[in-house]
Amino acid sequence: MNIVVCVKQVPDTWSERTLRESDSTLDRDAADAVINELDEYAIEEGLRLAEAHGGEVTILSMGPDRATEAIRKALSMGADKAVHLVDDALAGSDLLGTSAALAAVLGQIGFDLVILGSESTDARTGALPAMLAERLGVPQLSYASKVEVDGSAISIHRLADYGYDTVEATLPAVVSVVEKINEPRYPTFKGIMAAKKKPVQTMSLADAGIDPATVGLANAASEVTGWAKRPPRQAGTIVTDEGDGGAKAAGFLAERKFI
Amino acid sequence: MPRTAEPVGTDLLRIDDELSDEERLVRDTVRKFAADRIMPNIADWFEAGMLPKELAPELGRLGLLGMHLKGYGCAGMGPIAYGVTCREMEAADSGLRSLVSVQGSLAMFPIWKYGSEEQKNEWLPRMAAGEAIGCFGLTEPDHGSDPSSMKTHAVKDGTDWVLNGAKMWITNGSVADVAVVWATTEQGIRGFLLPRGTRGFTARNIHKKLSLRASVTSELHFDDVRLPADAVLPGVTGLKGPLSCLSEARFGIAWGVTGAARACLEAAIDYATTREQFGRKIGGFQLTQGKLAWMAADLQRAQLLALHLGRLKEAGQITPQQISLGKMSNVRTAIDIARTARTILGANGITLEYPVIRHANNLESVLTYEGTEEIHTLAIGQALTGISAYR
Ligand SMILES: Cc1cc2nc3c(=O)[nH]c(=O)nc-3n(C[C@H](O)[C@H](O)[C@H](O)COP(=O)(O)OP(=O)(O)OC[C@H]3O[C@@H](n4cnc5c(N)ncnc54)[C@H](O)[C@@H]3O)c2cc1C
Repeated sequence: MNIVVCVKQVPDTWSERTLRESDSTLDRDAADAVINELDEYAIEEGLRLAEAHGGEVTILSMGPDRATEAIRKALSMGADKAVHLVDDALAGSDLLGTSAALAAVLGQIGFDLVILGSESTDARTGALPAMLAERLGVPQLSYASKVEVDGSAISIHRLADYGYDTVEATLPAVVSVVEKINEPRYPTFKGIMAAKKKPVQTMSLADAGIDPATVGLANAASEVTGWAKRPPRQAGTIVTDEGDGGAKAAGFLAERKFI
Repeated sequence: MPRTAEPVGTDLLRIDDELSDEERLVRDTVRKFAADRIMPNIADWFEAGMLPKELAPELGRLGLLGMHLKGYGCAGMGPIAYGVTCREMEAADSGLRSLVSVQGSLAMFPIWKYGSEEQKNEWLPRMAAGEAIGCFGLTEPDHGSDPSSMKTHAVKDGTDWVLNGAKMWITNGSVADVAVVWATTEQGIRGFLLPRGTRGFTARNIHKKLSLRASVTSELHFDDVRLPADAVLPGVTGLKGPLSCLSEARFGIAWGVTGAARACLEAAIDYATTREQFGRKIGGFQLTQGKLAWMAADLQRAQLLALHLGRLKEAGQITPQQISLGKMSNVRTAIDIARTARTILGANGITLEYPVIRHANNLESVLTYEGTEEIHTLAIGQALTGISAYR
């Protein structure tokens, strides 16, 4: 099975994140960069499927030069090779541009299964997997908490408030995963050493046959018109226990859909 | 109202930007492992005076054990990656870093460097995987700083060796599957490999330690232990055998203690920015800020020193005097930072609820083992003056 896992490098959620004054895009230099956390679950799932069914795991990442760090981590976890789509003209691409660019690369390198994290911690739209599936003309199985492949049949558990739905399709397909799905492995030191020798193919827009007029900030269909700093954190709610503390706490949690 | 800004973390000089992608991945892997597997339990292990054995295979799977050696199941990483690993392990606990140091630098290294092909194949892959634990027996009850006058000795009997004597303060001694024991012979000091259970070889744990509690320390006894000819490490004779192992481990200590110091500084900052007295955060008092500022400056100097030693080692140019300087200076810095951090935490500074007293106590062992502060001072004094004050 030819599995492609899409990986995005994002600013560490622990570091202070800001938008640039000039063009309202994320200031990626100001923060430490890490693999988008959910993508680690996608990589893990790809590796497990390849281990169980045979095949190869390819990492696909669109991002600046610095994204090689994220790619290296993915290869250290055990992926076989990587494709890095990197081109200055891609900077500031919105979802439409990003999905068009990734679809173009996927069309070129081929795939049986594309796996993504269900959202990234920077933009948090969660719409890319659907757009990608649409552009590729293949089924999408989203918010998977479990994936099973049997020949060309694929089924997932789609996480829902009430439990899960079982969703089935035939390969090739696009799957997006949630963190319940697995526990990502650590990159081992041997994996880190082996990653240095794994092939990373760098592609430009021209290499991938992407029309520059479909990507980049200038061609984005969406625009950031304004933004503000997050307001300071509000003081917590204090629940006074007058014999009904348990019920009050449960009510608090239920209101927020934790229980 | 005093003006406030976002705190910037303890790496003010951004020294970690000097690390390669690969070294950063190593750092993040060890940090995550420590956060997941060590930090939730370490205070309990320390209090109980134990170390769970199943950690060894987990560390082995990750590749920490013998990581700086090549072949035989080892990852073959560079000295800075090894240093960073020691630092992140010791940020969790010096006892756990000791496990990694002893296994990789004191037990695996002599087998890798001085062992026969058979010895390497027998032990190294299992030790790298954490399936076999090793220990290093040099110190004796009556011979610590002066190991050259050791009493443990081995004599030839036909082709066999017969070993007698005792070793003291041996990390991992009672849990070791193989002990690397240094003994005098007619030819000078030689290293011997003693598998656990060898007749006449016993190990007993040392109890009532108030430092390095999450680490096993034992005495080893050898009572007419008969060893075959191939138990000896063929590649080295003389004190340079054990000393070369100690150089490897001390390099890791110079890095490691910066982790313990960093953890203490972080705990102190955290506490100072939440604890209030006299109606304001204690971190707002100039005395507290003075402590924090000097701790940060001292820590960053120690980190630069460690990084520089790493570069020297990478270039194959490092000398024992340079390692002595790193060990002496960085351990002293770390212990001072730990003690200052402890004052900032007030009474909370003496409990295991916070990491500080644990680190401070652990560092007392680190100050003494692998060459006491005094002995390293004398080694540097000798390097500077050409006069030996101790031999
Ligand atoms: C937790 C722990 C784990 C250890 N693990 C190991 C291990 O795995 N393997 C191993 O072989 N050893 C191990 N050791 C032993 C350690 O290396 C020795 O304790 C150390 O070398 C000092 O020896 P000593 O304790 O006998 O002190 P001594 O040598 O008796 O020294 C006592 C004091 O006298 C000072 N002193 C001695 N000579 C001089 C001199 N010439 N000039 C000035 N001052 C001097 C010392 O610096 C020290 O302050 C461990 C120790 C501890 C505490």
